[in-house]
Amino acid sequence: MIKMTLGRRTFVFFNTIFMLLMIVITLYPMLHVLFASVSSPSLLISYRGIMLKPLGFSTEAYKAVVQNPMIGIGYQNTLFVLFGGLIINITMTSLGAYFLSRQNVLWKNTIMGLIVFTMFFSGGLIPFYLTVKSLNLDNTLFALFVPTAINTYNLIIMRTSLQSIPLELEESAKIDGAGHMRILLQIVLPLSMPIIAVMVLYYGVGHWNAWFNAMIFLRNRELFPLQLILREILIFNNTNDMMVGTNTGAGDVEMISETIKYAVIIVSTLPILMLYPFLQRFFVKGVMIGALKG
Amino acid sequence: MGDTLSIMLTNMLPKATAATKQSKRNRIIKDFKLNKSLYLLVLPVLLYYFIFCYGPMYGAVIAFKNFKPALGILGSPWVGLKYFKEFFSSMYLTRIVGNTLTISFASLLFGFPVPIIFALLLNEIKSKRFSRITQIITYLPHFISLVVICSLIRTFVASNGIIVYLLSLFGINPTNLLGVESAFVPIYVISGIWQEFGWGSIIYLSALTAIDLSLYEAATIDGAGRWKQTIYITLPSIAPTIMIMLILRMGGLMNVGYEKIILLYSSAIYKTADVISTYVYRKGLLEFNWSFSTAVGLFNSVVNFLLLISANLLSKKLSEYSLW
Repeated sequence: MIKMTLGRRTFVFFNTIFMLLMIVITLYPMLHVLFASVSSPSLLISYRGIMLKPLGFSTEAYKAVVQNPMIGIGYQNTLFVLFGGLIINITMTSLGAYFLSRQNVLWKNTIMGLIVFTMFFSGGLIPFYLTVKSLNLDNTLFALFVPTAINTYNLIIMRTSLQSIPLELEESAKIDGAGHMRILLQIVLPLSMPIIAVMVLYYGVGHWNAWFNAMIFLRNRELFPLQLILREILIFNNTNDMMVGTNTGAGDVEMISETIKYAVIIVSTLPILMLYPFLQRFFVKGVMIGALKG
Repeated sequence: MGDTLSIMLTNMLPKATAATKQSKRNRIIKDFKLNKSLYLLVLPVLLYYFIFCYGPMYGAVIAFKNFKPALGILGSPWVGLKYFKEFFSSMYLTRIVGNTLTISFASLLFGFPVPIIFALLLNEIKSKRFSRITQIITYLPHFISLVVICSLIRTFVASNGIIVYLLSLFGINPTNLLGVESAFVPIYVISGIWQEFGWGSIIYLSALTAIDLSLYEAATIDGAGRWKQTIYITLPSIAPTIMIMLILRMGGLMNVGYEKIILLYSSAIYKTADVISTYVYRKGLLEFNWSFSTAVGLFNSVVNFLLLISANLLSKKLSEYSLW
């Protein structure tokens, strides 16, 4: 029992305040964006300071965003990369993790060493770019998930998790005449659903948020994933696509531009924000597994 | 007796090495027969690493050649250390290496302790519910995409943005902070802390839960207050975790997150914002100086690797903690 001295009480008080402050600091930026996205453009542009609620109300920005064809295209491409990518990620990572978690395999440690080495040393951006280009993957969506098929850190996490599956199961299956493929598919994977869920989430978030490889490999705008479209809008202030169809005068363009940006942020981050509360438990598990044993 | 023994031994010795060679080969064959399906199974994985990780490592050889895409890697002529010399005598050398180190060390100095302190403080919260809620909320920024984060930054430090507004209350003139050279590093580091302090604390929190509670009980009996307990029990217990995380961090010292910088910088603030990785990106992919930028990138990778090894060695010598 900790003595509740005055000092201790003060500490607990300030600690609680501190945590509340952290919560506010974390949440406020997103709240600000949310409020701004439904604010009236003319009120927003002249306002300075902290927003505690929307200024006026207007869904004009969202209308413009939803009507923008590029947003839809961006979503489409990202979803393609997401699903295609996940299939490759999970398959490859599972194969690798299974191999690295077996016993009595002569070359296992050498291969492990070679794989881990890639975490600490790489050829560099340019050779990587040239490699992908030489395989004719550039300017295709495949460049977004084939060259990054395996994340070594995730591989290690999954290997650690597979190592905790009892050896007896593998051995009794071997006695029954099962080959490694069957053992993997019918015993190991079904038992590893939690860690596979973690892998899906880790790789999934990676695909959703990725933009750099898309930027360097894609020239065809129709192939741009969501984040790249966002970059155009948010970083380059390019809201031209969305102006078409709205009745805006010259001065209004700048104003509605602002609210459109906020609306775009909400629209693109919404999936993550909605799924997050339910999935964060799995994320944490993944880090724990990796941390405790890796 | 001694003679026969020594004759026997000298006759046996060459046979012994031959025998071990033979048995090693036998082991390899035996292992292959036993694990053939396993090796077949992992082949795609090996192919992936070979093509996309070791392939580029081989490709880095163009740093020593005058690479022309039309001639390919093998056809391009050797130029030795020409591009390395060019880089080391470049007028931008001090700028970009300096910025890389500044940003890295600032991130390390200010960013590294924050998740640890946060974890320690969070650990002191008695209400599990409150602790849980705080954790869930503070993990969130980690999952927001960099593009969105950078656009948030841009909005907040624009001349009509919140941060600038708050600063103006302290007498600082409102201006777009992303055009101010001296503001870049603080913006970069602070936003990095904001995004990662919650998620980064997970590892330390899990290490804290692994500490044996009886240690604390014994300390309380001995009359140690919470503060002393933290110094003498908590910190030493999570020291291994801290050391490992620190070593890993050192290995990435020169790899300053270029994605974020590219999204935030502009030629106006190259003086403090341009780092090795962004320089490599511009020279290589925007100006097509293939060999030159590969040379710079190779320099970066090698220095990183050496830093990692020395951090690990240092840690081994000074404490018992190391990566290998």
